[in-house]
Amino acid sequence: MKWGFFVSINEKKLNGIEDNTRRTFMKNSGLTLGGLIVGGAVGSLLGKKPMTKTEQASAPMMHEMAQNPNKALMFFTPDEFKVVEAAAEQIFPKTDVGPGAKELLVGYYIDHQMAGTFGNNSREYMTGPFYPGEATPELGYQTHLTRKEVMTLGIKALNDEAAKRFKSKFNELKEEQQIEILKDFEANKVNIKGAATSGFFFSLLRKVTIEGAYADPMYGGNKDMAGWKMKEFPGHQGSYVNVLDKDFQKIEPKALNSQHSM
Amino acid sequence: MAKTLPKTDIVLVGVGWAGGIVAAELTKAGYNVVGLERGKERSTNDYFMVHDELRYSERYEMMQDLSKETLTVRHNVKKRALPYREWGSFLLGDGLGGSGVHWNGQLYNFLPYDFEIYSKTVERYGKGKIPEGMMIQDWGITYKELEPYFNKWHEMSGVSGEPNPLPGSPQVKYPTKPSMETPPIKLFKKAAKELGLHPYQMPSNNLSETYTNPDGIKRGACQYCGFCERFGCEYGAKADPVVTVIPVAKATNKFDVRTHSVVRRVLHKDGKATGVLYTDITTGEEFIQPADVVVVSAYVLNNVKLLLNSKLGRPYDPVTGKGVIGKNYAYQMNYGGATGFFDEKFNMYGGAGALGSNLDDYNGDYFDHSKLDFLHGANIRLQQLGNRPIMNNAVPEGTPAWGKEFKDKSVEYANRSIFISGQGASLPFRDNYLDLDPTYRDAFGDPLLRMTFNWKDQDRNLAKFIGQKAGEIVKQMGAKEVLVGGQKVGDYDLRKYQSTHNTGGVIMGADPETSALNSYLQMWDCENVFVPGASAFAHNSGLNPTGTVGALTYRAAEGIAKYLKQGGSLV
Ligand SMILES: Cc1cc2nc3c(=O)[nH]c(=O)nc-3n(C[C@H](O)[C@H](O)[C@H](O)COP(=O)(O)OP(=O)(O)OC[C@H]3O[C@@H](n4cnc5c(N)ncnc54)[C@H](O)[C@@H]3O)c2cc1C
Ligand code: SF4
Repeated sequence: MKWGFFVSINEKKLNGIEDNTRRTFMKNSGLTLGGLIVGGAVGSLLGKKPMTKTEQASAPMMHEMAQNPNKALMFFTPDEFKVVEAAAEQIFPKTDVGPGAKELLVGYYIDHQMAGTFGNNSREYMTGPFYPGEATPELGYQTHLTRKEVMTLGIKALNDEAAKRFKSKFNELKEEQQIEILKDFEANKVNIKGAATSGFFFSLLRKVTIEGAYADPMYGGNKDMAGWKMKEFPGHQGSYVNVLDKDFQKIEPKALNSQHSM
Repeated sequence: MAKTLPKTDIVLVGVGWAGGIVAAELTKAGYNVVGLERGKERSTNDYFMVHDELRYSERYEMMQDLSKETLTVRHNVKKRALPYREWGSFLLGDGLGGSGVHWNGQLYNFLPYDFEIYSKTVERYGKGKIPEGMMIQDWGITYKELEPYFNKWHEMSGVSGEPNPLPGSPQVKYPTKPSMETPPIKLFKKAAKELGLHPYQMPSNNLSETYTNPDGIKRGACQYCGFCERFGCEYGAKADPVVTVIPVAKATNKFDVRTHSVVRRVLHKDGKATGVLYTDITTGEEFIQPADVVVVSAYVLNNVKLLLNSKLGRPYDPVTGKGVIGKNYAYQMNYGGATGFFDEKFNMYGGAGALGSNLDDYNGDYFDHSKLDFLHGANIRLQQLGNRPIMNNAVPEGTPAWGKEFKDKSVEYANRSIFISGQGASLPFRDNYLDLDPTYRDAFGDPLLRMTFNWKDQDRNLAKFIGQKAGEIVKQMGAKEVLVGGQKVGDYDLRKYQSTHNTGGVIMGADPETSALNSYLQMWDCENVFVPGASAFAHNSGLNPTGTVGALTYRAAEGIAKYLKQGGSLV
């Protein structure tokens, strides 16, 4: 019953909270859950002193959250999210040429993808029997696990590996340590304790990281089209008839919302 | 219990290119046609939000739902085949128009050599040139005989192009002017000419200008929007059954299209088909649609699956070499290519599905194979498709696949890399074939198709040769670094998209012993069943297949009309 605890919080939240300001939520949760929450997810929030109105307005992070409702989690726990964000940043780091995964909000993109049809393998053939052991990699996806299950196992394995090698969480490691671990994952050198290899998990993580950097911003990543700007990709344009016969032309990108007015 | 519907003249299993052409031609000739299509209706209005790389290209919006149906694959007969669970190597279309909606539109006539490949190979090099296990055979038709049907396609769809300058090649006249010459295309043509080769503009089914076809269908010009293959065309500029042949059929009021209708069996008795059994997947009801002629136009792999599950025709046995359904499965060898990395930037973000230049100097038998360890060859081409950013991340050799260096290089070269590829021929072998899987089933409980396929020395040697030739061209174009592919091809890799150019399995020929169809694509073993599609190809050429699918289907349509008048075998 790994998930029971979180389910009960959500139910309480739904049933018991009328006034849904942050403070009241915490207070009510505390009341209804009593001792159970100490050391838990909500407990750490409770420990914080609530911000005053002026503090809230001036805190850029809070401002950003209010601006971008996409910056919330549908699938990962906050701890899992930190690991994914750190790993994605190593795969697609911030460099002189432009932003990395973290700044592009790739972590949120991955979270949202895992919660939906892609993470649930809704459009894949998931009928058994499965023979992940005898399948050569060339035959592709052969585990009974869905992508989000592979992701969860992989994240746990990253943390386990970090604990084993450096006595720390993956996201708290130094850059070189994170890279060292990811390289071993890529090379299939780590056991992720499930019916998939570490290399398989890594290739999924790499794939969704690149997607998050460059998919239309409506999916939650590619913040402000900064991925496209960096790559000089103009996104959605109606026509290049007057462009393609010429030497390189730089074009300001447009996203699909430019096309959508109701 | 299935409900039996009133009889029709012709029933189509699948309404993509092949089904659409048959529908247009036969309704115009006055026949009633019922089109059963498993997917949904489509129109250009669907593509208002189409410039979405993630949804269409990475999540395969327009493709078949694999959770309901797929096939299994193995590398050789000794292995257990495993399901193709997520999309990779090839993509199967679904919905009205089939893959004709989201294809590129690169439009070729196969080479004269292709149709007589066995005779011409033996004539020039002797029988000893054909390696053990290779099953090339003549197609039972010649290029000359097919020429009028190629022209029908060109006129219906308005192909844009220019004649091939290669001496000895057929001189095709296209109804619309060639597509745009962009700076990379100019560079390719110049370099190729300097090397003594014969480049020309790729024949394209993305209209270069407004065009009205003989049926009175008017379509506008391509906008080079860069979201073409895997996407529908919001402008109707890409030739697609939904904007060409299907409206013509519908205008006759003799075409009854039923979408969401999955055909599960061709019904037959005493060597003749009586109709088909299908399920309406919106209601769950089963129907029997009786017809005088059954046209199996469900794409290569579905055609073979449906015939085998219907117990129609003689299944192929790779041990005895006898039987025909499932025989001569072939694919396309696309590893022979080279990427060039330039200092200069090009507008690589834009393009069209069939925008490019190409040459046939190393295709078919246009070059001497006496000293080479393979037969046939490849069309070598530069394509400017629009380098969408998720899919295109070319980096020079030695660059890691992720991390700082990968990121910087993939960004730097986004508009500075050019890929020259080879569309390689794939020749049939005795143990590359299709049959039914003993274990895995589709959503209806019917056995899945099983593919047994791997690359042979023929393919590996071809890829190596073509890769080097492509590399010479990119170098001549002025690339500062060149990454040559195809030099070490391993096992067939289902994870990597290569092409949706599957061929064979229900092949045509002159002899009922070694082929399933005659030259009208009429089944030798069941005279009122016609099977148009690349399943009829006895091998795959070094070119994209659909021009030849179209030509053969126009001929099949003529055959169906003939059959409905006179009956019997047409050959
Ligand atoms: C991304 C992509 C790019 C391509 N680019 C090119 C190119 O540039 N040049 C080229 O020559 N070719 C290209 N092709 C190949 C081309 O699309 C096909 O050759 C062509 O569409 C084949 O026509 P078809 O009618 O045989 O099959 P399809 O067009 O696939 O139509 C078959 C139809 O049958 C339906 N169907 C299947 N099973 C059943 C059933 N049991 N019951 C009812 N309906 C059924 C399907 O839903 C589908 O609509 C490309 C393909 C893809 C996927
Ligand atoms: S590139 Fe041309 S043919 Fe292709 S979708 Fe865009 S406008 Fe249509």
